[in-house]
Amino acid sequence: MNFDENFILGCSAIGAGLAVIAGIGPGVGQGIAAGHAAAAVGRNPGAKSDITTTMITGQAVAETTGLYGLLVAILLLFVKPLLW
Amino acid sequence: MMQGILLSNDIDVMVHGLFKYNFLGHEAWITTTHVCLLLVMLILIGFSIAAGQVIKKGAEVPGTFQNIVELIVEKLDGIVEGSMGKSAVKYRNYISTIFIFILVSNISGLLGLRPPTADYGVTFPLGVLTFILIHYNQIKYQKPKDIWTSMCSPLPPWLPLWLPINIISELAVPVSLSLRLFANVLSGTIMMTLVYGILKWIALIWPAALHVYFDLFSGVIQTYVFCMLTMTFVSGAIGDEA
Repeated sequence: MNFDENFILGCSAIGAGLAVIAGIGPGVGQGIAAGHAAAAVGRNPGAKSDITTTMITGQAVAETTGLYGLLVAILLLFVKPLLW
Repeated sequence: MMQGILLSNDIDVMVHGLFKYNFLGHEAWITTTHVCLLLVMLILIGFSIAAGQVIKKGAEVPGTFQNIVELIVEKLDGIVEGSMGKSAVKYRNYISTIFIFILVSNISGLLGLRPPTADYGVTFPLGVLTFILIHYNQIKYQKPKDIWTSMCSPLPPWLPLWLPINIISELAVPVSLSLRLFANVLSGTIMMTLVYGILKWIALIWPAALHVYFDLFSGVIQTYVFCMLTMTFVSGAIGDEA
């Protein structure tokens, strides 16, 4: 393994770390969704199962952007596209 | 030279080719995904045959296994009925099939397999099936004029400036559906592999708790979300006419 490969691997690791910063957004979004769902259950406890279903579906959709960042990080670390 | 743990051979999350063959002049591989998929299919086929035998006999007072089978069918029918309404009768077979398939695939990590859904080649066809269903129903149940109006949606129909953006957002549906499932299952697999690879001397009993989260919880939630979104999109394409 020569210097160039090590340099590219290090830069890939830094890039992977930067890519998962994308997790901040979905974290905030899911927290807001869960908070509002808790408030809704407090106001109308009878609709708990419907509220939970809607919350989980919405959170899963909000999670997608974070997963794209995670996917970029995984590609950089495991597939190492910059070394090809 | 010291090598990082990711570069060593202990951590292995990739799909491996097992057997090479020629398919219409192309080089194709039988991979670990195929093998795991075959095992999942064997489990499902065995369960289906046993369930069919039990239901065919149909005891008046159901035994344990018959109770379990009836419970599964009732729950799945309830999920489809709850979100598709009148058109549920046509789609409960399809939705139940992909639900059980994705569920068993996701939690097959517990059996020591590499989950087949942690391969994009498995989840993307599922997304494409959803895409085909959406547009088949759209063409079948909506008038061409309405489809054109909705494709130009924020602007009036005689000014199709927004058409390319709407087409891209339609094409993004299967990609985002399949990437969501794929990335969730793959990240769970990678986390478990890292735990077993880095902490292999002290990974004795406590990883079971991580398995409950990464395999069971995440797998069930993602299965539910995939089916839920498929049903939402398809019933949106059917509209109110059906």
